[in-house]
Amino acid sequence: MSDAVKFHFEVDGSDFSSAGAASVMVKKKLRQLGYPPDIIRKVSIAMYEGEINMVIHANGGTADVEVSDEEIVITLSDRGPGIPNVELAMQEGYSTARENIRNLGFGAGMGLPNMKKYTDSMKIDTVVGEGTTITMTVKL
Amino acid sequence: MTVNDISAKIKAKLICGSMDKEWNGVYVGDLLSRAMSHVEADNLWITIMPNTNTVAVASLTEAAAVILAEDVELPDEAIEAANTNGITVLTSPLSAYELCVSLNDLASGSAV
Ligand SMILES: Nc1ncnc2c1ncn2[C@@H]1O[C@H](COP(=O)(O)OP(=O)(O)OP(=O)(O)O)[C@@H](O)[C@H]1O
Ligand SMILES: [Mg+2]
Repeated sequence: MSDAVKFHFEVDGSDFSSAGAASVMVKKKLRQLGYPPDIIRKVSIAMYEGEINMVIHANGGTADVEVSDEEIVITLSDRGPGIPNVELAMQEGYSTARENIRNLGFGAGMGLPNMKKYTDSMKIDTVVGEGTTITMTVKL
Repeated sequence: MTVNDISAKIKAKLICGSMDKEWNGVYVGDLLSRAMSHVEADNLWITIMPNTNTVAVASLTEAAAVILAEDVELPDEAIEAANTNGITVLTSPLSAYELCVSLNDLASGSAV
């Protein structure tokens, strides 16, 4: 495969019940393209957590996945409230998720730590009041 | 061992999907981002969290089946999502603990 494969998704921030749809789609595509299970697992976990965060914390956003010969790059971009203290947000167990969201099974405060753990690099660009862009890379 | 091999012992009722799935290993938990990193391919995932997000996590982790404990039922929209993604979901009157004990007995061949 020489040309990069790209996927783009608009992630709806109003519908918690369909959250994760983009990640499920990307996983199916990577499977069809024949990527190894451990790579698919890393991309699935990292992208799912990022996608869910955009839905529950930032009112939705966009997800882009670019697959090249060397790596898979996942970019999640939202115009939500931003993250005031990234270091704190990265801690296991830290969550600002409200009761109604916790009742759905979210709010363990493990999303961002999972994204870091399952990718080879992760960069968070966030401005309070403007939004957040998270770029993650999984090496092939 | 397939899901079919355990369903009678755990008094499970099939909500959707196939009983022919082979399983190996069990994870118990309701917090989605913990399940996301701990449910491994072909695991049974025991939970009392029945919604479409559960189905998404089961799909992404390639769980063999979701077992809802304590007679928890799956809402219609989640059943629809499970059918679309080929996810097997069962419900059992047993608690998570009782399910683990039964599954351990079955897996170690000591079931009566
Ligand atoms: N895209 C985002 N926009 C604004 N805030 C965010 C965003 N992503 C994460 N956060 C903040 O960082 C915190 C930690 O995120 P993390 O994903 O680790 O946990 P969580 O989403 O609260 O719970 P879990 O992911 O375990 O269900 C969130 O509670 C929220 O305050
Ligand atoms: Mg999260």
